Amino acid sequence: VSTDLEAVARRAVDAALAAGATDAEAFAEEEQSRRIRVYQGEVESLSDAGGRGVGVRAFADARWGYAYTTDLSDAGLADMGPAACEAAAVADPDEWAGLPDEFGTTPVAGLASAELASWPTERKVELALAAERAARAREGVSQVEAAVYSDVDATVALANSRGFASSCQVTQAWAYVSAFAGEGGDLMTGLGVALGREPGELDPEAIGGEAAERALALVGARQPESRHCPVVLDAFVAASFVGFIGGMLSADAVQRGRSLFAGREGEEVAGPAFELVDDATDPAGPGSAPFDGEGSATLRTPLIQDGRLLTYLFDVRTARRAGRATTASARRGSYRSPPAVGSSNLVVSQGDAELAQLLAEAGDGLYVTDVAGLHSGVNPVSGTFSVGASGRLIENGELGAPVRELTIASDLVTMLRGVVLVGAPARWVPLAGSVKTPPLLIEDMAISGV
Amino acid sequence: VTLVPADLAERVIARALVHGGDLAELYAEDRQGFALSLDEGRVEAPQRGREAGACLRVVQGDSTYYGYVDGLAEPDLMRVADSVAQALRGAGGGAQALLVAAERARGHAVAVAPDSVPAQRKADLLRACDEHARSAGSEVAQVRVGYADSHRAVEVFNSDGRATADDRTRLRLSVQVVARRGDRVETGSDTRGGHAGFELLEREPEEVAAKASRRALSLLDAVDAPTGRLPVVVGNGFGGVLLHEAVGHGLEADAIQKGASVYAGRLGDQLAEPFVTAYDDGARANEWGSDGIDDEGTPTRRTTVIEDGRLTSYLYDLLRARRDAVESTGNGRRASFRHLPIPRMTNTYFAPGEATADELIAGVPRGLYAVSFGGGQVEPATGDFVFGVSEGYLIEDGRVTAPVRGATLIGNGIQALAAVDGIAGDLAIATGYCGKEGQSVPAGVGQPHVRIRELTVGGTA
Repeated sequence: VSTDLEAVARRAVDAALAAGATDAEAFAEEEQSRRIRVYQGEVESLSDAGGRGVGVRAFADARWGYAYTTDLSDAGLADMGPAACEAAAVADPDEWAGLPDEFGTTPVAGLASAELASWPTERKVELALAAERAARAREGVSQVEAAVYSDVDATVALANSRGFASSCQVTQAWAYVSAFAGEGGDLMTGLGVALGREPGELDPEAIGGEAAERALALVGARQPESRHCPVVLDAFVAASFVGFIGGMLSADAVQRGRSLFAGREGEEVAGPAFELVDDATDPAGPGSAPFDGEGSATLRTPLIQDGRLLTYLFDVRTARRAGRATTASARRGSYRSPPAVGSSNLVVSQGDAELAQLLAEAGDGLYVTDVAGLHSGVNPVSGTFSVGASGRLIENGELGAPVRELTIASDLVTMLRGVVLVGAPARWVPLAGSVKTPPLLIEDMAISGV
Repeated sequence: VTLVPADLAERVIARALVHGGDLAELYAEDRQGFALSLDEGRVEAPQRGREAGACLRVVQGDSTYYGYVDGLAEPDLMRVADSVAQALRGAGGGAQALLVAAERARGHAVAVAPDSVPAQRKADLLRACDEHARSAGSEVAQVRVGYADSHRAVEVFNSDGRATADDRTRLRLSVQVVARRGDRVETGSDTRGGHAGFELLEREPEEVAAKASRRALSLLDAVDAPTGRLPVVVGNGFGGVLLHEAVGHGLEADAIQKGASVYAGRLGDQLAEPFVTAYDDGARANEWGSDGIDDEGTPTRRTTVIEDGRLTSYLYDLLRARRDAVESTGNGRRASFRHLPIPRMTNTYFAPGEATADELIAGVPRGLYAVSFGGGQVEPATGDFVFGVSEGYLIEDGRVTAPVRGATLIGNGIQALAAVDGIAGDLAIATGYCGKEGQSVPAGVGQPHVRIRELTVGGTA
């Protein structure tokens, strides 16, 4: 990483002011990434890539517009000013829009690891190959469809016309394996995944082994009978639901009448054992950072405690609209989009019960290891859902026959209130945003199969 | 407009092949876009952006080495070439043909370039949609309208001498409506889009808003969806997402070659009734998933994937075609210069049949009429799929009766295909975004009304 990104961001802010903006903010990004995919003991694809760009938000009194470019030359940055200002002219006035009144940074240790740079490409390839071998070594695995290692070293900078300028470097390495077990129409798939700040934190044996175990556990799956029963969500599935719930806790979704949690602050929305925190300061969290997408110092924000909904996630605009303080939840996907309200790392506190205890407690029920169609299957306003699932039956407190082609249905609040036991350990699941969660036991859900 | 002069492309490719390689390719792209939305009656988040960059890949045997960069300047391209070349362990250089300036492919007619339309007019279009959606009834509680246009100039050069260019203009209007009655809240949406200019939105754009409102309002009267195995009539247009997910993905050659598809080894097999024919057509005029060339420079075309019920073709990019010793079907697509091309669908649809929608419905004593889906997902390896029905009705005694909510269709692609027992003549194609391996590309999904003998309906009842 070579560019002085803070200087780039400041120049973009100046360009917007020169074009007539009353206030401006710029977000600049530069990253170097590596992705290695192996197949049958060989490199299938290997990339080495660099990306860079800047996005500018220009305010013209109560209106704002956005422009972005990959051209960080003086001419490219100068063009951004008029582009953002012209965009702003089209918008209707927004009385809550504007830069924050206060800025700051929260020190978060360990966001970048120097170890990443010390790994030559060959060693990363070997890690991916080892993960593939680990999956292939399990008896019954018919195919390893993909084994992928990926890392990124990124620097982001934010500057605005009120004098804020800061930058931070983040590294991330992750790997996944997708394994198949069984054959033909009975082919089942399993995913193993892990992440860290550098490749040394990834255990290829564990990743490959997990993919194999998850696929093998489903071999011979059949459609179960329809019924109501207790359900254990494994950490992957719990993470999918928690990620969706996190989106519904955005004050923007709430204020625009698109969240089932609207008007429920202070209410009992979950079982007493369920605790959810949005934590942008967790050193291990992929979504951690010292400042949010608008330059507010990041926070650790409890969202649900003792089953009660404590707060929504606010950025500056939604906070002004509600007469509240920001929770520093302005997220930037990339320089290509303006900041939007979102979670950083959603963390469900772990309980004491190991998986075996959750199963024993469930007695007879369903252990869900995969859900499909969550985003199309949930009504965000009412929270009712019906999603496809696969997993294992729970019989006499132990794992039984594998099942597939079924749906589980409930509504999100009923499901959260039905959390009777929170398992352990909690783990990071980088599938739907950044979520860390243990498995959960839900009292009752509707299963529909044959 | 030239993105990369032929002589520079030639030098970059030569540099990338220094340490060997069977094929080297330079993909360059200059993408500009404008987007705007309306929410709570307010036009907001206008944004304009420009990205220019290139992806360089070298293929050696079954391995692909690639890099990409933001920027099209010579130092940017040379740096990527060096980095890619270094990753190859082979000795000696690869062969390269002489390159000529990229020749523009026969594209799709654009009458009114979206860039020539003042942004204020686009804002007014959103306001008109908002007003129209709200006028559908007092129970319309919220309206969200989105507009986006993009222009992409693409050039592809490769060491086999390919030098070709494409000019792509797309735009899309979408309307989402929330209707409320007491505690009941329902949503409806509709979109219109194409590989076309602003002329696409000059003809009654309010129709999109009206349809979204109608869907949301009709669901207010919805009853809980039934559960069990039922005959299902799937609506035309976006109903085709079922074909896309449950069959199309399994025909993509990467899945086939890895044995990760139930359709592997089934070429020539009778998988459906003889009246079932289906296409993937990336050349269909002005359709959402159409282009002049694919993202490896192969001209787009119509591929018959199912003919009279028999499986006739998979969908290929260059690499997978080479492996099977066939020609690319022009399905090598990528989300941007930051991605490798992989086999992807373009516009996938069932060919029109002889029946009418009414006839299909009349033949069902008790079943589900799934007009549109909220989305879906499939496991290509097994063909297992799940779809949320966003607009659905009960069919009772051959007639469409009460609207239902919360219905989910679950099944298996190859079984569902075999169970297609009627196809109407009312083909329509809708605009979707298809995600695969982290890449999202515009994909047209479509069909006439189609009846499936039996599917598992997972309801809320």
